[in-house]
Amino acid sequence: MSERVLFRGARLIDPASNHRDRTDVLVEDEEVGGVGPGLSSARAEVIDCDGLVLAPGLVDLHAHLREPGFEHKETVESGSRAAAAGGFTAVCAMPNTDPVADNAAVVIEVRNLADKAGLCDVHPAGAITRGLQGETLTDIAEMAEHGVRLFTDDHNCVQSSRVMRLALEYAKAFEVVIAQHAQDASLSEGWQMHEGYYSSLLGLTGAPGEAESIVVARDLALARLTAGRLHVTHVSAADSVRLLRDGRERGIRVSADVTPHHLALTDGDLIGYDTSLRVNPPLRTSEDRDALRAALADGTLDAVATDHAPHAPEEKEQEFDQSPPGTIGLETALAVVLTELVGPGLIELPAAIERLSLGPARILGLDDQGGPVAPGRPANLVVFDPSTEWTVGDRPFQSQARNSAFTGRRLRGCVLHTMLRGRFTVKEGQPTR
Amino acid sequence: MIKHLLSIDQLDREAIVRILDTAESFREVGTRVIKKVPALRGRTVVNLFYENSTRTRISFEIAAKRLSADVINFATAGSSVAKGESLKDTALTLQAMGADAIVIRHSSSGAPLTLSRWVTASVLNAGDGTHEHPTQALLDLFTIREHFASFEGLRVAVVGDVRHSRVARSLTLGVARVGGQVTLVGPPTLIPPEAPAWGAEVSYDLDAVLPKADVCYMLRVQRERQRQQFFPSIREYSRLWGLSRARVDALPDGALIMHPGPMNRGVEIASDVADLPRSVITDQVTNGIAVRMSLLYLMLGGARVANHVLAADAEGAPGE
Repeated sequence: MSERVLFRGARLIDPASNHRDRTDVLVEDEEVGGVGPGLSSARAEVIDCDGLVLAPGLVDLHAHLREPGFEHKETVESGSRAAAAGGFTAVCAMPNTDPVADNAAVVIEVRNLADKAGLCDVHPAGAITRGLQGETLTDIAEMAEHGVRLFTDDHNCVQSSRVMRLALEYAKAFEVVIAQHAQDASLSEGWQMHEGYYSSLLGLTGAPGEAESIVVARDLALARLTAGRLHVTHVSAADSVRLLRDGRERGIRVSADVTPHHLALTDGDLIGYDTSLRVNPPLRTSEDRDALRAALADGTLDAVATDHAPHAPEEKEQEFDQSPPGTIGLETALAVVLTELVGPGLIELPAAIERLSLGPARILGLDDQGGPVAPGRPANLVVFDPSTEWTVGDRPFQSQARNSAFTGRRLRGCVLHTMLRGRFTVKEGQPTR
Repeated sequence: MIKHLLSIDQLDREAIVRILDTAESFREVGTRVIKKVPALRGRTVVNLFYENSTRTRISFEIAAKRLSADVINFATAGSSVAKGESLKDTALTLQAMGADAIVIRHSSSGAPLTLSRWVTASVLNAGDGTHEHPTQALLDLFTIREHFASFEGLRVAVVGDVRHSRVARSLTLGVARVGGQVTLVGPPTLIPPEAPAWGAEVSYDLDAVLPKADVCYMLRVQRERQRQQFFPSIREYSRLWGLSRARVDALPDGALIMHPGPMNRGVEIASDVADLPRSVITDQVTNGIAVRMSLLYLMLGGARVANHVLAADAEGAPGE
């Protein structure tokens, strides 16, 4: 099981310790054994990291692993493999499975499946309401006792203000976070894309950014009322960013994440009715995208989360309005952030790494993830080459699905090694199991 | 000529004029005793209709038959599609059967474009969702051209449910492409705020627009839109945006009344207005066949084999 590995001459980007220089990192057994220049390589496997970046393993707040119930799209194992290939050492699995993760039994099952796969820590999220129906609260305490840190009805938005208020209130007793997929149902009925110039041209039913920001405004008010802890997931609209920034300034306990695809793409990319770009919430305008980028850089948005949403090919190869929304994202998240944000200088590399590791680890309350990379800490690490270019789709995805919004795009930055508690889950770009 | 006709936006002004000029020749075929030329003999045209349509499907069928193509009508009800076959598998099946052109009507916007990625046959969009209906726009331009010397500066009022109308999208883009000016008229709930970016003006006041319109183009209003609350009542809609007999008098002399059909008489257009001499609604139907013949002929490369046929057959003799 245990390994002794010396990463030699890597640029260590470790937001928790503010480290950003070239150094050696020694891994002994499950832990980091040492950090510093010129460490001894005795009895160690030496990995030459010249020109490479070493960082804490990435943490994803928002992935659909689809199991149980939708194993034709993805399994916990294939999703874990995709996560590892993307440099992730922990992911939060969304509860919209069948059965729904609205009780401890499903949570335990998902965790068992993840342990068996052994490629990535999987933290199941619990549903806020039974069956994601938005009406009756789940047994939040029992799931919290089984380690659930985040509750969400993702895919559905909790429409009732009263239910959302009660969830934020009740959750306070257990130090868990209530995460909202903010989307007003009546303003987004039948939506297929963002409402704007392109929806008018393409003849697709639109949902305006306000369908999101109205709910963000309401939830911020409820978080203030209850002093509860709110997380807004996959923020897509500039107006939501403005509200979140204002909410933080007023001291409301709120965090938020954004997806790589909302940071990179816009509604104009839908001109060819490519179903891979049909996502929920929809891709919005370049003004929205620019606001999201700025908010990620200034910390208004705490985390990049993939919203990895695998679908079977026959589900995506349909008429645009009949295909289910979603794109896979675990294997491209880091490269998209490096290419679209770090490359053009919109965000510094250490800040980008923070939003992909320490930031989401804090939201989930994971002490063992997100660094610091220091002696005695669990060796959850990623090593990537920040300069290698590749074309998405040229090599097979580790995910069981291939519905990537980035297929055919050139990206810079390639994960070489991922290590989970001192054991390689990915080595030389290949999953180890 | 283009391989697929998915959007009117694919056509530049010259291409539109060429299609209309070619349709001019084909319209004459429809006046013969034997209404047939051999231009597309041996070619197979499939009408793939995922949505009910009488006039467009029959128009395409007649157009293809008058060109001597073999026509297969594939209505999805009771077919493999009703058994759950996907658009992709249906496309691959038609491809395997050697279809040369697929005419598709579908309730999903973008379905013709998606289909065109899976087949080598030419794809003709016969109306997709609330996106486009390019052959309707071309037959409308053809009909307008019969009455006006030039499209330049021509003022077209398009009235009604613009938001959900594929006809309005294609017509607006088409009229703008040939030099005319469209004003979209209707309740604000049924006109996308982005419509000016299509190259159109917007007005909510039909009475203000009519005196300046060379063409008054009425769109069908589905009663479902009232149930969806886009307007409070049919009565109020009809009173504000319906073409009544009194409103016709506000139109300039020589202005045309058009409608893509099927009409809701008494809702968007008064019954006696639809039957006025200046209403060219049945001409639109007649011209639809000629325009669709022109498109099939040009897109399937009929020009290579059959240029001579039109000239030689002017007497009405069948070409085969």
